[in-house]
Amino acid sequence: MSTGVVRSWGNNPAVGQVALPCYWRHELSEKLAKAQDEFGTILPYGNGLSYGDSCLAASDHVLRIRPINRFMNADWVNGIVKAEAGTTLGEILAITIPHGWFLPVTPGTKHVTLGGAIANDVHGKNHHRRGTFGRYVRSFGLLRSDRGHLNCSASEQPDLYAATIGGLGLTGIIEWAEIQLEPIRSSRIDHLKLRFRNLDEFFEISHELDHLHEFCVSWFDCAAPMKSLGRGVYIAGDFAPQGTLNVQTSRALSVPFTPTVSLINPLTLRALSSLYSIRAPLSRRLNQVDYDRFLYPLDRITHWNRVYGRDGLQQYQCVIPRAQARPALKSMLSAIAKSRMGSPLAVIKQFGTAQSPGLLSFPVPGTTLALDFPHTGRLENLLSRLDGIVREAGGRLYPAKDARMCGEDFRRAYPAWERLDALRDPALLSRFWQRVTR
Amino acid sequence: MKKILIIGATSTIAIACARLWADQGAGFFLVGRCPEKLDAVASDLAVRGALVVHTATLDVSDLAAHSRTVEAGIELLGGCEVALIAHGTLPNQAACEQDAQLAAREFTTNATSTIALLTVLATYFEREGEGSIAVITSVAGDRGRSTNYVYGSAKASVSTFCDGLRARLFTAGVSVTDIRPGFVATPMTEGLNMPAFLVSRPSAVAKRIVAGIASRESVLYVPAYWILIMAIVRNIPASIFNRMKL
Repeated sequence: MSTGVVRSWGNNPAVGQVALPCYWRHELSEKLAKAQDEFGTILPYGNGLSYGDSCLAASDHVLRIRPINRFMNADWVNGIVKAEAGTTLGEILAITIPHGWFLPVTPGTKHVTLGGAIANDVHGKNHHRRGTFGRYVRSFGLLRSDRGHLNCSASEQPDLYAATIGGLGLTGIIEWAEIQLEPIRSSRIDHLKLRFRNLDEFFEISHELDHLHEFCVSWFDCAAPMKSLGRGVYIAGDFAPQGTLNVQTSRALSVPFTPTVSLINPLTLRALSSLYSIRAPLSRRLNQVDYDRFLYPLDRITHWNRVYGRDGLQQYQCVIPRAQARPALKSMLSAIAKSRMGSPLAVIKQFGTAQSPGLLSFPVPGTTLALDFPHTGRLENLLSRLDGIVREAGGRLYPAKDARMCGEDFRRAYPAWERLDALRDPALLSRFWQRVTR
Repeated sequence: MKKILIIGATSTIAIACARLWADQGAGFFLVGRCPEKLDAVASDLAVRGALVVHTATLDVSDLAAHSRTVEAGIELLGGCEVALIAHGTLPNQAACEQDAQLAAREFTTNATSTIALLTVLATYFEREGEGSIAVITSVAGDRGRSTNYVYGSAKASVSTFCDGLRARLFTAGVSVTDIRPGFVATPMTEGLNMPAFLVSRPSAVAKRIVAGIASRESVLYVPAYWILIMAIVRNIPASIFNRMKL
């Protein structure tokens, strides 16, 4: 519905937000001023796909930007598109693909808004080549409660430009953005799958193949028995050199309601994990699928987060710098295995060295591991063990997926936080920011 | 290029329809009250494939300005094949009960202005001998309900007007489509307490409307199941209906 209560994707913390919908760009400044008067602080809210509390306002009142979703300009010769902040990446692709252009960087869901993609400086399966989304943001419009409408780019308002990319929506309301696209000749993707038996094999394959492919990602089997610890599947893909340019709008399944308890438990996990192993062949076989199936497998199941039950889900995504990656990941995997708290989705990927313009951008050169857990009381033990390993290895957690990291860890891992805080719009404050900067 | 004129072009349902037409490479003349909104919609349609987009501001309660605006639009487009009237407000029923002036003003916005515009458009299309006129009315026009009868009666009068106009233009080869949406998630219905399972997305509603206009439907309930719901509502005996707070 258009008004009412919105939540974060993981529904953890389970705090509803009163959503004040915004429909038009030119009405935003009035809405912002009014909300500031009434609630003190507020937060822009896109499509609510941040897992934890970074999309929840300290005042529990958010400005819902999603309905502000119009295209403003397109240059099909140079592949540049300008759109309002509530436009989703899927809506952008639906327009650009027939013209032979694709997003240079996309996360694992196409339902995030443009504003959200910038605010979280999202990354995808091609980070090793392209870096983060922020690198392709040519300029954006920022509305600030204290300074009005500003145009930001690398040369105009460079401080705010850098602070807003990965700035968690705190530096002002992103009104629109102009982004650079990448040319494609086909909307289909050639891909190969390889099984690896352990973490060392993963690093070998990744070292050998990553630089040859646009997209690389691996899945770990977290429910594997101790002796098969670290087994998984490596997937690499590239846009087909030629073919047709088709927009995929499939929506196959939906989870219609939230079950009382999580459907993800040790039993179902075992079943899921054996499915992965059966489906992944041993040899390097080349297959072709459409981009939607390859890049957005979970978008095919609407509200998949509901399978985790009413208590919600907990994502845990960290990045470990290169030098420490191997030993740290080994300790993390064995900690997970020992805890018997399997994660149905364990994704691992090597980040590249491309620098983001963003001040608080999450990726650093190294290895990232992303885990999904049903939210339970027992989980915290495991997660604080993982925190210790990440801390020791000089790694950091991803704010977009976090609801629990301690402020000290955040401030140590993101030393630029004070510069962001200085540039924060006084009218904007999230629960996340309140939690980690205190 | 299909030439399309839309009154109330910044309404959510009109935008959703226009996006589908833009995808087919249509040309537009968009009429609305707010220039900023019109500009935003016009750029969006241009990126989505519209070949030309012209805009004009109009307050529909200024009846004298209707024919001037419509004629200017048709001239700019070099003709018109589809005219969609989509403007409207959702009156505050309780306030209208206390304020006769307000009730009359709301009726002007939702009924009188639409009837005046239909009259201007009918003259043009009858002369051309082809084309489609479409009006967004509402399922609320099917029966006056205690909570919403100013809106309902305005929509009912437009629907009845359309019945007659359709018959008049039949021989001229001009279709008149009376579009009756149920609950749609738009700024107009924001804050209304609607049963969630009956609320439709504007993009889904638009698909049916665009297809219905193309196939020259007379009356189009959107989504289709509203034809059943309203058949039931219409047939509730008055003795029971009067006791219901529908």
